[in-house]
Amino acid sequence: MSNIITSKDLCLWYGDNQALKNITVDIPEKSITALIGPSGCGKSTFLKTLNRMNDLIPIVRIEGEVCYENKNIYDKDIDINELRREVGMVFQKPNPFPMSIYDNVAYGPRTHGITNKAKLDEIVEKALRDAAIWDEVKDRLRKSALGLSGGQQQRLCIARALAVEPKVVLMDEPTSALDPISTSRIEDLIMQLKEKYTIIIVTHNMQQAVRISDYTAFFLLGDLIEFGETDKMFSNPKDKRTEDYITGRFG
Amino acid sequence: MNKRKIYIGIMKGAMYFCTSLTALLVLFLFGYVLIKGIPNITWELLSTKPSYLAGRIGILPDILNTIYIVIATLIVVLPLGVGAAVYLNEYALNKKVVELIEYAAETLSGIPSIIYGLVGMLLFSNNFGTSILAGALTLVIMNLPTVMRTTQESLKTVPQSYREGAFGLGAGKWRVIRTVVLPGCLDGVITGCILSIGRIIGESAALLFTAGFAHAINDFFTGLTSPGATLTVALYVYAKEEGEFAVAFAIAAILMILTLLINLSTTMVGKYFAKRRNI
Ligand SMILES: Nc1ncnc2c1ncn2[C@@H]1O[C@H](COP(=O)(O)OP(=O)(O)OP(=O)(O)O)[C@@H](O)[C@H]1O
Ligand SMILES: [Mg+2]
Repeated sequence: MSNIITSKDLCLWYGDNQALKNITVDIPEKSITALIGPSGCGKSTFLKTLNRMNDLIPIVRIEGEVCYENKNIYDKDIDINELRREVGMVFQKPNPFPMSIYDNVAYGPRTHGITNKAKLDEIVEKALRDAAIWDEVKDRLRKSALGLSGGQQQRLCIARALAVEPKVVLMDEPTSALDPISTSRIEDLIMQLKEKYTIIIVTHNMQQAVRISDYTAFFLLGDLIEFGETDKMFSNPKDKRTEDYITGRFG
Repeated sequence: MNKRKIYIGIMKGAMYFCTSLTALLVLFLFGYVLIKGIPNITWELLSTKPSYLAGRIGILPDILNTIYIVIATLIVVLPLGVGAAVYLNEYALNKKVVELIEYAAETLSGIPSIIYGLVGMLLFSNNFGTSILAGALTLVIMNLPTVMRTTQESLKTVPQSYREGAFGLGAGKWRVIRTVVLPGCLDGVITGCILSIGRIIGESAALLFTAGFAHAINDFFTGLTSPGATLTVALYVYAKEEGEFAVAFAIAAILMILTLLINLSTTMVGKYFAKRRNI
């Protein structure tokens, strides 16, 4: 299996405060990678370096490399909008736009130049089906997305991300704001998605990491302590600190 | 214990007194103006221009001028104010400069309007003649801070998560602003707009210098380049120069009702958008 994203000696500062220290990691294609670690260790920060969402924060400074399909995404000639189309993102809190369900899903395709109505209809339906929410919303596509429940909103946001046909989907604690039933629906969904997409997911929930991920990366205070296959890491951690964390001795 | 009760009683009484005095004053003012004004509002007054020959006073030109000046001012002030707010909130990186501009805007909105009139006279009336256009441009300067600040405040209430969501889908900055940010701050723009209309209708000092007192009927474009009195200016002229108090009170009643409607619509816009936000 080839690696779709690789980072090399990646360092990131918020002003004078270093949040990521020499992160070097290779993320395999069409797999689920979980990022775990105590609060403030830099999981979200690392995730956002992968599609340059950190560019929105003026004080951020970055050194090192992140390569997506063997091209450094911090090169000057990179088209950031195209990068974000291919490396999509789902956020911790569901954030549908205050528009109709249909317009939410069509937002991405329209952004990238698709205007044909029939084509848009097709994309919207496919994305909603892929995100396992089609049956619940097919009769109310023109209604506001804000009227959906939290779990439905999050699946809608996943559909919105899928509608631009990304190759990688970054998810930052996508289930932390949801009830157990919505959470398990979204976990099932994520496991189906890895047939077509590479998924990188931040989670605070060890069981979730074990249930759904193929690989796990453990962060601590801005360092990547350990990266490897989830089964192996949880049954036989190499580093003492990883062991302490996954057995619940801190964090 | 007893002392305390008496004390509370007195304070309560004092508060009731202040509240009812305020309420009575407002009611009295309202009632007085409406009672003296409404009987003088006739169809002839509303639909004709003044004529010395016929010995008749009509305020149609003043109504038209008011409408012209509102439209002309808004056409200029809205894009300027909204544009400035978007720039300050979405693009400007130097927060110090942003704060300085916000401070300047706040100060600007506290300056007495007659000073705007004086400056407007030198800047605009000297170039375009005493005209609705010169008046409107003066009002643009006066209302720019209001429109900018209300838009800015409302831009700040657009959740950052909307912007992140849109950027995360690969939208460029301008697309994010146009499709997600601006629709989210529509209520601020409308509020700024209504507040400005209120100020324009109520303004007299700044317009006395710049737009003049004429009562001729014009269409919008010739109106722009000719002098003309708005309702408020006309009220001043009729009351102060011509002693026509019946007309003055009629105009006053009209202005009062307009103000009431403007306040109502501000509240309604607020309610409408609050409702839309929490569907
Ligand atoms: N916008 C920001 N400005 C300044 N510092 C920040 C910013 N965002 C994060 N940080 C700092 O960077 C460090 C890493 O934060 P990050 O959000 O990546 O942690 P996290 O692992 O995602 O934590 P959590 O599990 O609580 O979400 C923290 O020390 C945090 O205070
Ligand atoms: Mg986080």
